[in-house]
Amino acid sequence: MNNILTVSPSPHAHGKETTQKLMFGVVIALLPALFSSIFYFGYGAVIVTVSSVLSCLIFEFLIQRFIFRKPITITDGSALVTGLLLAFNVPSNLPVFIVVIGSFVAIAIAKMTFGGLGNNPFNPALVGRVFMLISFPVQMTSWPVPAGLNTGYTDAVTGATPLAIIKEGLKNGESLSQLVTQIPTPAQMFLGNMGGSLGEVAAAALLIGFVFLLIRRIITWHIPVSVLGSIFIFTLILWLINPEKYADPLFHLLAGGVLLGAIFMATDYVTSPMNPKSMLIYGIGIGIITVIIRVWGAYPEGVSFAILIMNAFVPLMNAYIKPKRFGEEVKNG
Amino acid sequence: MLKTFPTGGVHPPENKLTADATIECLPVPQGVAIPVLQHIGSPSVVVVNKGDYVKTGQVIAQSKGFVSTNIHSSVSGKVNRIDSIIDATGYKQTAVFIETEGDEWIDTIKRDKDIITEIKLSSDEIIRKCLESGIVGLGGATFPTHVKLTVPSGKKCDILLVNGVECEPYLTADHRLMLEKGEEILTGVELLMKALNVERAMIGIEANKQDAVSHLTRLAPLFPGISVHALKVKYPQGAEKQLIKALINREVPSGRLPLDVGTVVQNVGTAFAVYEAVQKNKPLIERVVTVTGRSLSKPGNYLVRIGTPVARLIEASGGLPEDTGKIILGGPLMGKAISNTEVPVTKGTSGIVLLPGNESGRMEISRCIRCAKCIEACALNLEAYLLMTLSEKGLFERAERERITDCMECGSCSYTCPAGRPLLDYIRLGKTTVMKMVRERAMK
Ligand code: SF4
Ligand code: SF4
Repeated sequence: MNNILTVSPSPHAHGKETTQKLMFGVVIALLPALFSSIFYFGYGAVIVTVSSVLSCLIFEFLIQRFIFRKPITITDGSALVTGLLLAFNVPSNLPVFIVVIGSFVAIAIAKMTFGGLGNNPFNPALVGRVFMLISFPVQMTSWPVPAGLNTGYTDAVTGATPLAIIKEGLKNGESLSQLVTQIPTPAQMFLGNMGGSLGEVAAAALLIGFVFLLIRRIITWHIPVSVLGSIFIFTLILWLINPEKYADPLFHLLAGGVLLGAIFMATDYVTSPMNPKSMLIYGIGIGIITVIIRVWGAYPEGVSFAILIMNAFVPLMNAYIKPKRFGEEVKNG
Repeated sequence: MLKTFPTGGVHPPENKLTADATIECLPVPQGVAIPVLQHIGSPSVVVVNKGDYVKTGQVIAQSKGFVSTNIHSSVSGKVNRIDSIIDATGYKQTAVFIETEGDEWIDTIKRDKDIITEIKLSSDEIIRKCLESGIVGLGGATFPTHVKLTVPSGKKCDILLVNGVECEPYLTADHRLMLEKGEEILTGVELLMKALNVERAMIGIEANKQDAVSHLTRLAPLFPGISVHALKVKYPQGAEKQLIKALINREVPSGRLPLDVGTVVQNVGTAFAVYEAVQKNKPLIERVVTVTGRSLSKPGNYLVRIGTPVARLIEASGGLPEDTGKIILGGPLMGKAISNTEVPVTKGTSGIVLLPGNESGRMEISRCIRCAKCIEACALNLEAYLLMTLSEKGLFERAERERITDCMECGSCSYTCPAGRPLLDYIRLGKTTVMKMVRERAMK
C-alpha cells in the first residue's frame, strides 16, 4: 500500500463554511443598500465608500505587515465589511481625509490594538463613526438631501434628517402635528428618500439584506428583532401617552440608523453576545437606550451609542448568562 | 412535522452511496485477529491456547466481571498465536490470531434460514443468552447488551426505544438490515421487550430511509407493542439522549442514564444480533459493515466475520483507490482514522469510509470570530468555543462548571466552525482531564 494515510481525531468532515464566505455574505447583503445609496446621493456615495473600504484594507495590511509581523489576513473580508459599514454611517459628502481618519480609528485603534479580529470589544465601524462625530461635528451632521444619481460630491444640497427636524421642532415648542408636514412620508422613508448617512436611508434595501442574512444563515433573528421590537414597543407606549410630543413607532423604526444598526451593526459577531438568551437581552438594551437618547438625550440619533454601550456588557453576559443546556434541571412529567 | 430533538444539530451531506446495495456475504478470510476487548468494560479472558483447534462460534475469551462479555471464534481453524495488535483506537491490545481451516461451525447453531418468531425463553434466560453470545451495542457504543437489559432495583423501564436512525453520513449497514431482515429485527425487539418486561417499543428511523420506515411499518402489526416512527434528518439524531428526546420527549438529566427516565435504547443491529443469539443460538461472530467512499469502484454492504482485516473488505469493494488519503472506521463524524489496513473488524465496526486525499486534511485554523455557530450546532447547548478556550488555558475547574463532561463528542461544533477551529480536540483533552479530577476527588 503506497498511500500515506492521514490519522487525525474525529470529526473527519467539515461543513465548508468559512470566515471569508460569511464576511462576503455580509458584503452581498449590504449591496442593495449601497446601490440605493448611489441612486439617491450620486458620486459622493461612491467616493466615500471606496475611500473608506480602501483605507480600512490598507491600515489592516500595514499593521499586520509591519507591527504584528504575522500572516496577512486582509482577505478574510472583515476589514472590507468594516470599511463598508463605516461608509454607511457617514454623510455622502464627507471629505475623504475625515473618512481616512475614521478608518484609522476603526481599524488601528478599535480593532488592532486589541489583537485584531475576534478580540475587539467594541464595534470598529461604530468607534470610528463616534470618533468622527465628536471630532468633526459639523461635517458629520451636514446631510445631503437625496438628489439623484448625478449629484456631485461636494456640491450636494444639505438639509436636516427627519430625526433632527423632530428634535429641533419639539425643542422649539412645536407639536408633532405641525412638524409632520416637514418630514418625509413613511413611504418615502421606507424607500430611502430622505436625508441621512449614506447607507441608512433605504429601509427597503436594508430589509432585503436582512432577509438574505437570515436565509444564508449568517445571523439569527434574535438581535435585529429584539432591537426593532423593543424600539417599537417603547415608542408605541410614549406615542399612546402623548402623540403630540412623541413620534409614532413607525417613524422611529424608519428614521435614522435603526435598521442599519439593528441588522448590520448590532449583529457584528465579535462584539455581540454568543447565545440566544443574551442576544435578546442585548437587543432589548440597544432598543431602550436608543429611544432614551432620541427622546431625551442631546443627540437626535442614539443607535451608535446604544450599540457601543451594550457592547461593553457583552463579556459580562457571555460569562454569566448561560444557555439552558440539555439535561440541565429537567422536569419530566 | 417529523419528530426530532429541539436544539442544535447539523446537516452534513448524506453520501449514502450504498443505500441500494444488498448485503453480500464476504468469503471467510484466511485468517482473523480477534481482539479481547471489543466492548466497553473489562477485557475478556482468553480461554484457548496456541495450537488449539477451534470451531466457528466457539468461545475463545470469557467475560470477566459484570461489564464484559464473551468473545467467540468467527472461523474454524488453528490458534496461531496470542499476540498484541494495533486496533482501531491506535492502541495495542491482545488478540487471538486464528488461521482458517474450512468452516466448521459448532453444532448448536441453527444455520437454516427459517424465521422463528415464537418466544420461548424467559426474561432472565434472554439476558443470559446475550451474555453467552457476546452481544454488545452494535451502533458503535459496544456496551454489553446484557448489562443494559439488567434493570437495577429501584429503577423502572416502561418503554424500549430502538435506534434505526443511522445519522452518520455514508453508513447504510442498519438501513440494509432493516430492509432485508425486518422480521428478524422485529422479533429481536420483542425479545428485548420481554427481557426488559415492557409492553411498548418505538423504532426511530431517519426520514431519508423511507423504504425502511414503510417496510417495518408494514410488518409491525404482527408484532404487538411495536410502533415505527420517521424522524427528521438531522445529525446527531442517533445519539441516545437525542433519540429519547425526539421519540418520547423525555430529557435524560446531565450525567444520568436513559434508565433514569424509564427507557433503554437498543440499536436495530443489536436487535438482529439478539434474534440470532436467542432464536438461532448463534453468537456474535459476524456483522454487517458498510464499505464506502466515492472513489471505490464497488462500494457495498458486507456480512463480515469479526476479526477480518480491513484490507480484505477494501479488496472486496474493488481495491484501495489511488487517491485515498484517509480510512475511517465508523462514520466521518465520530469514526476513527486508522493508519494501516491490517486493523481487524470488531463488533463495533459499522463502516469503513475511504476519503480522498483532498478531503482528508483539515482546513487552516484561523481566529475565533465569535459567530456562535458552534453553540447553535451543539445538540446539548454547550458553548464549544468557551470549552476549547478553557481547556487550552488549563482552566479545568471552570470547564467542569461549564459542563464539559456532558459533551458526547459528536463533532458538530468542529464540523460547523467557519474558522476551522479544532474545538472537539481541545474539548476531549479538557474532558479527560476533568473526568480524572472528578475520579480523584471521589477517591479522597
Ligand atoms: S464556531 Fe468557531 S469561530 Fe464561531 S464562535 Fe465557535 S469557535 Fe468561534
Ligand atoms: S462535540 Fe460536544 S461540544 Fe461539540 S457539538 Fe458535540 S456535544 Fe456539543
